[in-house]
Amino acid sequence: MTWRAPVPGALALGTLISLWSLPFVRFAPNRLLTGDGLAWWRAPLGLGHWAALLPCGLLLLAWRAQSRATRVVGLPAAALWLVALPWLAGMAARQMAPEVDGLARVSLGAGFWLSWGLMALLLGELLREAAWPVWRRVLLWVGVLLALLAELSGGALDHLSLLREYANHQDAFNLAFGQHVQLVALSVAPAALLGASLGLLAARRSRVQGALFAVLNLIQTLPSIALFGLLVAPLAWLGEHVPGLGIAGIGMAPGILALTLYSLLPMTRGTLAGLQQVPAAAVDAARGMGMGSWQILWQVELPLALPVFLTGLRITAVQAVGLAEVAALIGAGGFGAIMFQGLLGSAIDLVLLGVIPVVALAIAVDLLFKLIIAGVARHD
Amino acid sequence: MIEMTQVSKTFGGARPAVDDLSLSIAAGEFVVLIGSSGSGKSTLLRMINRLVEPDRGEILVNGVDIRRQRPEDLRRRMGYAIQSIGLFPHWTVAQNIGTVPRLLKWTKARIDARVDELLALLHLDPAEFRHRYPHQLSGGQQQRVGVARALAADPDVLLMDEPFGALDPVTRGALQEELLRIHALSGKTVVLVTHDIDEALQLGSHIVLMNQGRIVQQGRPLDLLRRPANAFVHDFVGRTEIGLRLLALDRVAGRLRPNEAAVGEPISADLSLREALSTFVARRVDRLPVVDDQGRPAGALFFSDLLERQL
Amino acid sequence: MSRVQSALALSLLALIVLTGWLPHAGPAFALLFPDRDRLIYRQDDFADLILAHLAIVGASSLLAALLGSGVALAATRRWGLAFRPLLETLLAVSQALPPVAVLAVATPLIGFGPLPALIALFLYGLLPIAQGMLAGLDSVPEGAREVARGLGMTPAQTLWQVELPLAAPVVLAGLRTSVTINIGTAALASTVGVKTLGLPIIIGLSGFNTPYVLQGAVLVGLLALTVDLAFAALSEPLGRWRAPQPSPGEPTLAGAD
Ligand SMILES: Nc1ncnc2c1ncn2[C@@H]1O[C@H](COP(=O)(O)OP(=O)(O)O)[C@@H](O)[C@H]1O
Ligand SMILES: [Mg+2]
Repeated sequence: MTWRAPVPGALALGTLISLWSLPFVRFAPNRLLTGDGLAWWRAPLGLGHWAALLPCGLLLLAWRAQSRATRVVGLPAAALWLVALPWLAGMAARQMAPEVDGLARVSLGAGFWLSWGLMALLLGELLREAAWPVWRRVLLWVGVLLALLAELSGGALDHLSLLREYANHQDAFNLAFGQHVQLVALSVAPAALLGASLGLLAARRSRVQGALFAVLNLIQTLPSIALFGLLVAPLAWLGEHVPGLGIAGIGMAPGILALTLYSLLPMTRGTLAGLQQVPAAAVDAARGMGMGSWQILWQVELPLALPVFLTGLRITAVQAVGLAEVAALIGAGGFGAIMFQGLLGSAIDLVLLGVIPVVALAIAVDLLFKLIIAGVARHD
Repeated sequence: MIEMTQVSKTFGGARPAVDDLSLSIAAGEFVVLIGSSGSGKSTLLRMINRLVEPDRGEILVNGVDIRRQRPEDLRRRMGYAIQSIGLFPHWTVAQNIGTVPRLLKWTKARIDARVDELLALLHLDPAEFRHRYPHQLSGGQQQRVGVARALAADPDVLLMDEPFGALDPVTRGALQEELLRIHALSGKTVVLVTHDIDEALQLGSHIVLMNQGRIVQQGRPLDLLRRPANAFVHDFVGRTEIGLRLLALDRVAGRLRPNEAAVGEPISADLSLREALSTFVARRVDRLPVVDDQGRPAGALFFSDLLERQL
Repeated sequence: MSRVQSALALSLLALIVLTGWLPHAGPAFALLFPDRDRLIYRQDDFADLILAHLAIVGASSLLAALLGSGVALAATRRWGLAFRPLLETLLAVSQALPPVAVLAVATPLIGFGPLPALIALFLYGLLPIAQGMLAGLDSVPEGAREVARGLGMTPAQTLWQVELPLAAPVVLAGLRTSVTINIGTAALASTVGVKTLGLPIIIGLSGFNTPYVLQGAVLVGLLALTVDLAFAALSEPLGRWRAPQPSPGEPTLAGAD
């Protein structure tokens, strides 16, 4: 017996198993306790329990149905699941902890996260098999996202512990957001300029290449906490002895400096790779037509190197969004501050409040640059 | 030696890659499968060592159905060489050539001796090349090693899929000569795939012309040139150069007039008529003196005789 | 000795000498930080911290190497090929996840102590390893695979004698990335009290004791560098059969943590 669609089948089965065996939501009398897990069928979902038929149906489809049928039924079903599951959890939370400002907390359990994530993968897999044009795939994901945002702003999820942590920490959250974006922007921008110059230098003088990349690789090898730590002492000394700078051993400055240093390697590498893939014939032809070396650089090499350079920038920016999380340890703020606060208090919802936005930010930055790169590539 | 009866193979597409094809290959024959790209040559070849399993039909090797043998055992008894050469880049020349003997668990001494023997056979100095890695060889040297590896365990059958496709004309010519020499020396059965009609005519003792998974015509090279079965064959073997191709297949010895003589630098009786033609053109004469392989006068070749018996 | 080997020896020597000297470095630090009294981190022995750090990184990376390469291997065999796009999606999506986030989520769920750190390191370590295995197997020339089969190698022989040796340099690069990341994340696990070289840094930062921070940071940095160089030395002979590689501009799998 073989499965018609083994991958969607495995994912649907995984969804069912995680619903069956892991707590869907957790109930705690107050926010400091982890609370007791409630399985899917014990959570107060009312008719919502029947939603479990959805992965069952997908399982059957994947087992026996034609792949077209699996897609036609599976795509809307999986999308529905992604929207409905948070709504059901929000409803359960409302039943179990009706007062928004009470002590009792209802948080999302592993069963929720896993079955949601597996279904998201299933949707992705069905979309891939459907081989739709990119815009239609993006449209579907945007639709799911908008529905989730509507639930969020409509208050359907307000009783969940995660949203109540948000309500309690709204000011800190907004501050962290600003700081995080600042950390990334203020480190990636100078690193892009500096990295582009270094990449250009490496492309022109192949003798400095070895030494340059040895140093940059060394920096990249240093763990972030070590680099942050190493910068504390010299910057503190600078702050004390050159008062006008407004620099201190902890705070934004070492954070930005360390992130800039980390960003140098991917930026330099991206620039060099971009310049190296410019066809030698193009440069040769430009020289043959009488262009000077600056004209060749500006009119031929840089435009041709741009897509690869931008890819380097994309990788750098995504990396910086994640690295900035650690900068909170030296007082640079950002979402890391919320995450570490939750970690020290063992409050998972606070941790998630500091992690989920970072993941979302990384994905957003990634998509943004991919769109830009696609736009640039189209002009060629 | 190899009997294929009504074999078919269809991959994903609607059109079969090999379509109800029967072919019989005698022992010691040098068979060339030729046809345009996509005509099913490689698929047919790869069925012989079970790299591709036919959907229908049966294949016997030495009278035994190949489905009754373990594919690995079958393949170890057949040499295999391909266009991209496929030398294992992490192994030295000696290790590459010793692949199948090692799989067959020969002793190390026997393998070493065999490697040296094969390197010498293919005109590669063992002392110099044994320990080199493939990236330290030229394309032609790599392909020599590829051929040596295919010959390593002394297989009865040699399967080659466009083995010289990626080489420059000079190197290719040299390797074709080698292969003919080895074939003559060893009497192995060779099945070689090519899309180059010149290569086919030069190497093959039996040529199989394929189109769309079927055999269009098969026979000795001369048969294909002289009696093309239809317009397709005629087209494929080349309408314009057919005379030259025919001349390339015959030797001076077959056309010379033994009791005549001519003046000038004599040519060898072993020369192909095509080469003789270019000598006629170069010297602007209408007869050439001919000597045999010991250098004794053997007669004269007349320009007008070149045209005899054509078509 | 090659350049990589001598760099490795040098960095290892520096690590050992520094570990031995730091407890006696009070006077030196007094020069740098004149107005402090507690200059040297003495809660734990530095050598103990290094060993504990290596133990947690080693254990998690070993497990991750086994499972991660196993999964990637399965997704490239004929019977597992259907799952390969799923694995690639998973690997791509996880790029958005900083390793410290895995640690931060695992700790409240599993509890304090080294176990959640071990699990978090293991989970995140899987990614570069699986990626390296996929990239490594992709780098095996198709002709080599085809001929291995054509010459009569069994699937297992093809895997062990041809595919894995050819993939080895890239696979090792993935392992190297994984271990490098884990060394950094393990240091961060000290925020929840796990005994690693991150401890002096965390204690120093929370107590505004810059000398502690410096001591921890230098040792963590040296440890990461030493391990990285060890991998470089290890991978040198693996690429012996390759034509000389042109430039250092080739992208690696991931950055630091
Ligand atoms: N492994 C395969 N999977 C799918 N189609 C194949 C495969 N091998 C060959 N084919 C198809 O079969 C036909 C014959 O291919 P092949 O035997 O390689 O032709 P040739 O060697 O004469 O160029 C082609 O249309 C080719 O696309
Ligand atoms: Mg072919």
